[in-house]
Amino acid sequence: MTKLTLGPIAYHWPADKRRDFYARIADEAAVDEVYLGEVICSKRAPFHEADLPTIIDRLERAGKRVILSTLAEVMLKRERKATGDLAEMDTPEIEINNAAGLFVRGKRPHRIGPFMNAYNEATIAWMVRQGATHVCLPSEMPASAIAVAAGAAHKLGLGVEVQVFGRASLAVSARCYHARAHGRTKDNCQFICEADLDGMPLRTRDDKPILRVNGIQTLSESYIDLLPEIARLVADGVSHLRLMPQTVDMVAVAKVFRDALDARVPLAEAEARLATLCGEVGLSNGFYHGEAGYRRIAMAATA
Amino acid sequence: MSLAELICPAGTPAALRTAVDAGADAVYCGFQDATNARNFPGLNFTPDELAASVAYAHERGTKVLLALNTYPPAGKVDLWRQAAETGALLGVDAFIVADMGVADYIARTYPEIRLHLSVQAAASSPEAIRYYCENFGVKRVVLPRILTIPEIRQIRKEIPCEIETFIFGNHGLMVEGRCSLTNYLTGQSTNMDGVCSPASDVDYVREPDGSMSSQLAGFTIDRFGPDEKAGYPTICKGRYTAPHRPEGYYAFEEPVSLNLSRLLPELIDAGVHAFKIEGRQRSKSYVRGVVSAFRAAVDDIRAGREANMADLVALTEGQKQTQGAFQTKKWR
Repeated sequence: MTKLTLGPIAYHWPADKRRDFYARIADEAAVDEVYLGEVICSKRAPFHEADLPTIIDRLERAGKRVILSTLAEVMLKRERKATGDLAEMDTPEIEINNAAGLFVRGKRPHRIGPFMNAYNEATIAWMVRQGATHVCLPSEMPASAIAVAAGAAHKLGLGVEVQVFGRASLAVSARCYHARAHGRTKDNCQFICEADLDGMPLRTRDDKPILRVNGIQTLSESYIDLLPEIARLVADGVSHLRLMPQTVDMVAVAKVFRDALDARVPLAEAEARLATLCGEVGLSNGFYHGEAGYRRIAMAATA
Repeated sequence: MSLAELICPAGTPAALRTAVDAGADAVYCGFQDATNARNFPGLNFTPDELAASVAYAHERGTKVLLALNTYPPAGKVDLWRQAAETGALLGVDAFIVADMGVADYIARTYPEIRLHLSVQAAASSPEAIRYYCENFGVKRVVLPRILTIPEIRQIRKEIPCEIETFIFGNHGLMVEGRCSLTNYLTGQSTNMDGVCSPASDVDYVREPDGSMSSQLAGFTIDRFGPDEKAGYPTICKGRYTAPHRPEGYYAFEEPVSLNLSRLLPELIDAGVHAFKIEGRQRSKSYVRGVVSAFRAAVDDIRAGREANMADLVALTEGQKQTQGAFQTKKWR
């Protein structure tokens, strides 16, 4: 049975918004597993980590499995400590996003996050030997590679996850682009990223939307939408489908994907519902089809 | 004092000979396919060219490092294994790798050949570096261009392998190996195909008002006034607008080059073993100029003399240079 997951919030949402968000997810969202934790900027973590135990408890009592995710970039002392502390935890439900976490984790069970570059069957086989139980593939992987990787992982008994909704993470840096846009640096950012709950839009000088800035992270302008590709993903052995939190109604988004997964509504209707929920944000599936990521490739007409 | 080896770019056999003649301690190069992160038309080596080049370099005491530093997409791993086999057969001195599957394969198959960890692996902490050292026997790490010199000094104390840092050339500011910007616009992947802002997707368009737009895959990456020199449309060096920046600004970084010539003594003192000059896509004359200047500078420093690096500014991108993250945390 294919599971729906909710990835970690990439943005700097205020603590009260996070609490409300996860309360709704617990009560109403048709997702099976929820990833929690700060993955992008270690400076933000103190704002919301005190709420984590309550949020975890709430989600688990609602029947959701909770997985804690580690930082994508580990450089500073506090980042090394945060990653080490999580990786040391005596629970199987850790998603590791940096080799520093793998080092500390050793051979104890863990999940491989999308920042770990598990692109192929050789890397996945290596990771399984080191204790990985689950792997989230990079979002830029095309269908042909997903099929081979998922097949290999499936044979090894691994959970295999693919992002099917939300902005794609395109880059991370040591530099904070939110701070830079406001004439500041990372060290005196004053948490300006909190002003852009769905990322700060960048447009080309001929006024086309192109990218979103989220602190040290650069995201796609468009939301990935692999609704039309779900059947093939499942057939290829993908066991978990990941929805990335955006400012749209994520409970409704989860319902669209759940309904599509369970074949409760025709695809065209699911697509129409999702397009309505996402408003003016473009939807894309180019990476999956081996094309430019921003593109929207129509399904080939099949009988 | 560390050896302070000079690691120089070799995009073609001619550039390789030039770098060797100009005093490189080692050159790095790749094959003409997706197995390395500079997979550009007209660059890189056939197996026959590499065989002749290894002979040329070794006769002159220069090492040859083979970059296999991209991430094989599932189903295509054999191409990377064949490249490793060819490199081993031809006698390269080290493989520069990023992918764990590739690293594991080479460590098991060619344990006698050194493994260097590519900047594409983005190992920026002692723990991450030790993961690769302990699991794959990595002998050297190429550090991402995001650390200050005190941070490098601290890392050196905590790892069992050598350190290589970039000192000159392109100033990559996204964490390498974690960047899909090119794939988002063009459909070609930096990680899987070794392609970054490819020339085949570049257009320069003259606008009616006399300004010039530089475009990548139809996206305007920057716009230049009639008297401004139009730059190459590298996505992370473009000008964009944000809601409160309607005038257009360098959202990520200005088109500047990294030049750490003034920091060489400090880097040596911090324990850096090898200095990497970027630019496999550059001309022979560029390679000759940069390698000669840095050879003289490193020799001067090692002999306790004052080094003269004035000529290097002329070779930097747009004559603008930076010390990036190395000198100050304010860069972040």
